[in-house]
Amino acid sequence: MSLSQRTTTLESPALPVSLRGVGRSFGSGRKELPTTVLRDVDLDVTAGEIVALIGPSGCGKSTLLRQISGLDTPTAGSITIDDRSIAPADQRCAMAFQEPRLLPWRTAARNVQLGLARGLDRARGAERVAELLELVHLSHARDQRPREISGGMAQRVSLARALARGPGVLLLDEPFGALDALTRLSMQDLLVDIHAAEPTTIVFVTHDVDEALILADRVVLLGSEPDLPGATIRRVISVPGSRPRDRADAELGELRAELLDGLGVPSHHSHH
Amino acid sequence: MSTSIVPSERAADRGALAAPLDDGPRQREARAGRRRSATRIALGGALPILLIALWYAATAFDWVPAHKLPSPDAVIVAGIDLWERGLLGMHITISVQRVLLGFAIGAAAGLVIGAIVGLSRFADGVLAPTVGAVRAVPSLAWVPLLILYLGFGEDSKVTLVAIGALFPVYTTVAGALRHVDPHLVEMGRAYGYTRSRLLLTVQLPAVIPAIISGLRLALAQAWLFLVAAELVGSTMGLGFLLIESQGNLRYDRLFLAILALGVIGKTTDALIGIGERALLKRWG
Repeated sequence: MSLSQRTTTLESPALPVSLRGVGRSFGSGRKELPTTVLRDVDLDVTAGEIVALIGPSGCGKSTLLRQISGLDTPTAGSITIDDRSIAPADQRCAMAFQEPRLLPWRTAARNVQLGLARGLDRARGAERVAELLELVHLSHARDQRPREISGGMAQRVSLARALARGPGVLLLDEPFGALDALTRLSMQDLLVDIHAAEPTTIVFVTHDVDEALILADRVVLLGSEPDLPGATIRRVISVPGSRPRDRADAELGELRAELLDGLGVPSHHSHH
Repeated sequence: MSTSIVPSERAADRGALAAPLDDGPRQREARAGRRRSATRIALGGALPILLIALWYAATAFDWVPAHKLPSPDAVIVAGIDLWERGLLGMHITISVQRVLLGFAIGAAAGLVIGAIVGLSRFADGVLAPTVGAVRAVPSLAWVPLLILYLGFGEDSKVTLVAIGALFPVYTTVAGALRHVDPHLVEMGRAYGYTRSRLLLTVQLPAVIPAIISGLRLALAQAWLFLVAAELVGSTMGLGFLLIESQGNLRYDRLFLAILALGVIGKTTDALIGIGERALLKRWG
């Protein structure tokens, strides 16, 4: 089995995502008026790009992500991956959730195995699982159960599972949100390494402005506009510089202040 | 002793001479475990021994008229007598056979119906009320009908035991499947698992602990329904021994049959308990 053969079967190319006029309302009962959560979202994510979705809680960031993955369906507009519309639970995507969602009766390795593309032969699957555990620094914990490992390790298993099939689009729903601050920083570095090793398209939801600026090529700020229902894209910020980025960079500091302003949080930032 | 001893020899020496003093945490743990289970056996055995002693005293000192309460040794004698004539063995064998057969059939049916009701909202709506009503029928109420339909043979008894075993498995499996962590199910769907693959990968493993506790309840219920079946219209089995001894006023055999039911029931339950622990280590 040659290396090139392996890369062609396992790593599908990064795919572009396109959202056109996407909206979502809930509650279509006869008595109540539907509540609009999202409206008029237009966004093009190029292949291999990392995009952060940021916004106040309840603004529909997670809903948007779930729509790209095909776990939820827009009530308006359309979403395509690589110019083809989305299937329910679209298998070109892989999702990592805020909670690791590991099967407690399976070992770390067997949990990663769950994410492999169907029809992959056993030996190659095992090789891929070993490779991914190595990538997320968990080779030593391959035979451990979820309850025996820390939250950060569990989240790394979840990440490895999402990468297992070599997804065209990797979707991350506040993947590091429940972790402590230090673990979160190392997970961000890990994600940068992962993207360098397997440069897929990544869309991730976060409420951490710094996380968005360290990881993303572009940061999409979602929020509501005065007198209009639901949230939509308020601003898209392109983040300069290639990864890994300096967390103390002054230019990032300016963008951070801008984003916090956009979120309605005073940044107490003095312009130099 | 010279100083040029090779390490392995030295270790062997130490092992032989100082084992009780110098052992690892694993051995200490194992020893503590043995001590704990010894304590458990002593605690659990204390009450039966006390009860037998009281029983013995009650007969020896004539607290209760001798013809109404046989002494423990009279029960043992009655047991040996029945055993030597091949009757006790036959009664026990046929009862155990009916329980195991009925339990297997009923548990399998309960698993299937429980899975259907637990997984499909539609099936739940259609089936659950009816199954609930059938479950509410007391065990003895089935007996006359089963005898008319299936006769006095094995079929009617095994069927009644199966009815008894079905419902605990049905209830626990349906309930547990309905409450499998929706996050895990969604994760499974997101990774392309649907229907039977989702069931085998996520849902079924998640309810294995519930299935085991359902099986345990079902086995207890199987013994309950067995005695009901054997009390009415049978010529063999521990239930028949009960009803026959009642007719002959053989208190000693009554006690013998009750004790046999208790001991065998507890034994089968303990066997499931061992299986349960092994499975929970893997799936819990």
